[in-house]
Formats: sequence, C-alpha cells, structure tokens
Amino acid sequence: MTASLLLAAVEQGEPSRLVTNLALLVVAGFVGYAVISKVPNTLHTPLMSGTNAIHGVVILGGLILLAGSADLGVVTSVILFVALLFGAINVVGGFVVTDRMLEMFKAKPAPPPKDDEAEGAGS
Amino acid sequence: MTLLGSFLTDPSFKTVLYIVAIALFIYGLTGLTGPRTAVRGNRIAAVGMAIAIVATLLVDPFNNVVLIVLGLVIGTAIGVPAARQVKMTAMPQMVALFNGVGGGAVALIAWAEFRETDAFASEATYVAVFSMFSAIIGSISFWGSNIAFGKLQAILSGKPVTLGPLQLPVQLVVGAAAVAAAVAIVAGAQAEIIVIGLLVAAAIFGVLLVLPIGGADMPVVISLLNAFTGLAAAAAGVALDNQALIVAGMIVGASGTILTQQMAIAMNRTITSVVVGGFGGEVTAEAGAGAGGAEGGTVKSTSAADAAIQMSYARQVVVVPGYGMAVAQAQHAVREMAKVLEDKGVEVKYAIHPVAGRMPGHMNVLLAEADVPYEQLKEMDEINNEFSRTDVSLIIGANDVTNPDARTKPDSPIYGMPILNVDESSSIIVLKRSMSSGYAGIENPLFFNDKTQMLFGDAKGSVGEITSELQAL
Repeated sequence: MTASLLLAAVEQGEPSRLVTNLALLVVAGFVGYAVISKVPNTLHTPLMSGTNAIHGVVILGGLILLAGSADLGVVTSVILFVALLFGAINVVGGFVVTDRMLEMFKAKPAPPPKDDEAEGAGS
Repeated sequence: MTLLGSFLTDPSFKTVLYIVAIALFIYGLTGLTGPRTAVRGNRIAAVGMAIAIVATLLVDPFNNVVLIVLGLVIGTAIGVPAARQVKMTAMPQMVALFNGVGGGAVALIAWAEFRETDAFASEATYVAVFSMFSAIIGSISFWGSNIAFGKLQAILSGKPVTLGPLQLPVQLVVGAAAVAAAVAIVAGAQAEIIVIGLLVAAAIFGVLLVLPIGGADMPVVISLLNAFTGLAAAAAGVALDNQALIVAGMIVGASGTILTQQMAIAMNRTITSVVVGGFGGEVTAEAGAGAGGAEGGTVKSTSAADAAIQMSYARQVVVVPGYGMAVAQAQHAVREMAKVLEDKGVEVKYAIHPVAGRMPGHMNVLLAEADVPYEQLKEMDEINNEFSRTDVSLIIGANDVTNPDARTKPDSPIYGMPILNVDESSSIIVLKRSMSSGYAGIENPLFFNDKTQMLFGDAKGSVGEITSELQAL
C-alpha cells in the first residue's frame, strides 16, 4: 500500500519525476520481498508462473508507444507489433497456465488418512 | 471529445486506475502465497492486469487501433491454447517460453523507443540509460529463456555445452560490447546499427549464459531469467515514465531474485556457481548405464509382488517422488496405489524435496493433478523427523535428493545439500529405470544400502504392477 501512496505523490509535482520513480522502484522491491518471502516451497512453481504473468505488464510499453504516435513508420510499427504480440502471449498465457496449475491445489474433500468420518462430508 | 471522453482520458484518472491495478497485483500476489487463496490471488492479479491495460488505452487521440487489436487478439489466440494444452510435466519449459517472450517484448520496445525518439535526442539522459539497460536485460532474458526451453524440451542437449577455454573470454567480450553500445547511445550516438549490435551482443551473451548449464540447475536459471525480465520491465517503466510498469516489474524482479536464491540454497549452490557452471551435467539413462557397482557394493533387486507385500504390512509408507515420476507420468498410478494402501490401513505420506523434479513445487503440481490431498504432501523439514518411524520409503524416480553423500562425503559435489533422510526408514524401495546417476551425474550410495531394494522399470508400469499385486493380496 505504501507503493500506492507514493504513486499518488507522483502526481503532485514535476520537479523530479526520476527521483519519484526511483523511490517507487525501491519501495516496490521491498514490497516484492515482503510478499514473497512467506511463500511455502510447495507453491514455488505456481508462484514463479504467476510472477511471470505479472511481468507481462511490459505489454503496456508496447501499447503506450503504439497508441501514442500516429506516424510510426513501417519498421517501428512492425517492431512494436511483435512486442505487443509477445507481451500478450506472456500475459494471457502466463495467467492461464498459472490458473491451471493452481486449480489442482484447490481444497479437495481430502479424507484424513485414519478415520472415515469426513468421507461423505466433502462437497 | 465529449465530457465523459475528456474525463476518461484525464491523466489523473489513468493514475487512479494504475493505483487500483497495482493494489490488485500486490493483493493477488499475497493470495498466491497460500494454497487456499492462490487461485483467487492469481485471478485478482489478472483483473489488475486488465485494468492496467484498459487504463493505458485511455488516450486521446488513440492511434494504430487495428495493429493494437490484432496484436492483442493474435497474442491471446496463441497464448491461451498453449497454456491450456501444455502437459503438466512440460510446465517448466512453458514458463521459460512465456518468460522469454516477455523479455523479448522489453527489448523490442526499447528498440522502438530509440527509433521513435530519434536516438533519445530530446530526452533526458536517464531515459536512454534505463531504456538501453532494459534492452540488454530483455535480450539476454529472451535468448536465455529460449535456450532453457530448448534444453528442457530436449531440442537441445541437456548437457552443459561450452566453448571450452574460449567460453569466459567470449562471454566477457560480448558483455562488454553490449555495455559499450549502450554507453555510446547514452552519450549521443545515433546510428541504429549500434542498437542492433547491442541487442545481438546481449543475445549471444544470453545464449552463452544458459548453454553451459546442465539440467539440474535449469530451475534456478529460469527463475533467474524471470527476475531479469521483471527488472527489465521496471527499467522500461522508468524510461517510459509508467508507474504500473515500474511497480509490477520491480515486484517480480525482487520476488524472482528471492525465489532464485531459495532454490539455489536448497541445492547447496550459489547463484554465482550456477551461472559460472561446473558440475550439473545431466547424465541420461543411456549415457549413465553401466555405472552400477562403481561403489563396489551390491544392488538388491526386488519384484513388484515383494514390494506390495512389504508395503501392505507397513504402518507408514512415505513416497518420495522425483523427476522420474514426472517423465513416466506416474502420478495418477501413484495416487491409485496410495488409495489401495490407505484402504488397507497404511498411512501414506509424500516427501517433497524443495528441488525434486525440475522446479520447486513441480512434484506438488503433478500430485495435485492426481488429486493427492494437499495435507499429505510434506515438505522436507517436516518429513525428515518421520523417516525413523517409517516402515517403507518408496522412491519413485528421485535420486540426488536422497543421496547420503550430501551428509557424509565432503568431497562430493552435492556435499551439504539438505536431503531427505530416507536411509533412516526401516526399508527402502527404489523405483528406477536403470542404474544411471541423477542430474548431478554422481553415484548414489543409497542404492547399495543393505536396506535398499531396487525395482527396475518404468515408474508408471512398476507402480501399476504394485497396485495390482496389492489388490490381489
């Protein structure tokens, strides 16, 4: 949440965009550290896949440049189109594959090994 | 435009949407840290991504609509089926591939930015610095990930490939070339060939970085490249003054680095030693055949019927899965066997080594696919106290993670790696295709232990046989 507060600060003043963005960079690094260091080993693969999907955010870069300029020229357009395509594959594929992995972790009826009392109770 | 239109395209509104998106990323990631909330967490992050994309498109005027729509549609049309159809065993290389295209996107964006801004002519110096940094890292990540994909998919050899004595000099030269090109551009060079040279040099660097790394270390490498792509995205964000890119990229950069470290620690390696190479040559079943007996000990083999009898009289059986289970797609067969054992009153648990398989959590994904209750999957620290109370340890295609040399033999390359102490259990049954060594390419004295019996064959077939023997008892 600290990151969001800082982000709001970006709006206020122009004096140093770079410094504010660098501050954001540092805070985001700590947020990533704080969130991730609590993950159990068993969720590491889905987590890697999930963060992999999130860095698909690079797609925004392609969108900004493509949507922002009317006369890009053929070569630049092609470069950006491929970048956009790559970004879209990264984002969409990343989230879908993570979802598929995680679906398997969903709490199953899970009968305890010893007794059978929970056998019929699960959904 | 209309009043609504001008509100929607107000930069403040966009920033608000970015704040929402970032909050959702962080909240979603928090969800990803627990098994119960993970599915929701991933979806929340996806919603955040959708919001960030919409916010970015709220510009007026909006150019290149056709290209943008086409890019999004085709990208989705490629990404979704790929993600849906990939086999769970092929998950690591899929992640490598998705990671690679992300890195490629960053590199291309930097290139386009160079062209768009006439070599950063009217931009602040830092824009060029961050943009070129993202180009180098993005290109390394793209090519490195593709090599990792090729190795895991067995398109390329899983063995370390090096240029021999030339490896380090060449690596240094291309690395220096990439940095020099970046410096030249920051200093004001305008020739496009310099950017292309930078991308190519970084590409060669990425290829050379991953080629010498053997199969055992591949998870660490993919995780490292994942962190690289995150950092590249964050740098691109600074160059483009886009806060969603900065925060999301940096979070991935930080988390990826931690994950990489954790994996490396679990394998008793440092990130540096992984990258520099060394041991880790994957010895395939064919190449490693005939290694048996090198320790001078004898190997006892057993039959499915004997294994079934032993396990049916056990109080507790601990299954130790490894990459062999993934290769044989044996997870469903294992679950079937466990069900039969449980019906006979045997307690079944699964011991999951942090680096079993080719990625941390690889085994969990596979076993979860086969409906193994999450509660039965025990992490190393938790299960290691239990082996002394375990009657039978059933090792399915795991090797190095059970190698007692890691505890006792200081000159072993895996000395110091935390292992599963299966040798403390009363008896050990090892399911294995042949007497080949594991990824680390070293002998496992566990196989020569008096308590150990080997059941040779394909893991799925062997487990199936044990199951039918159990049912016949």
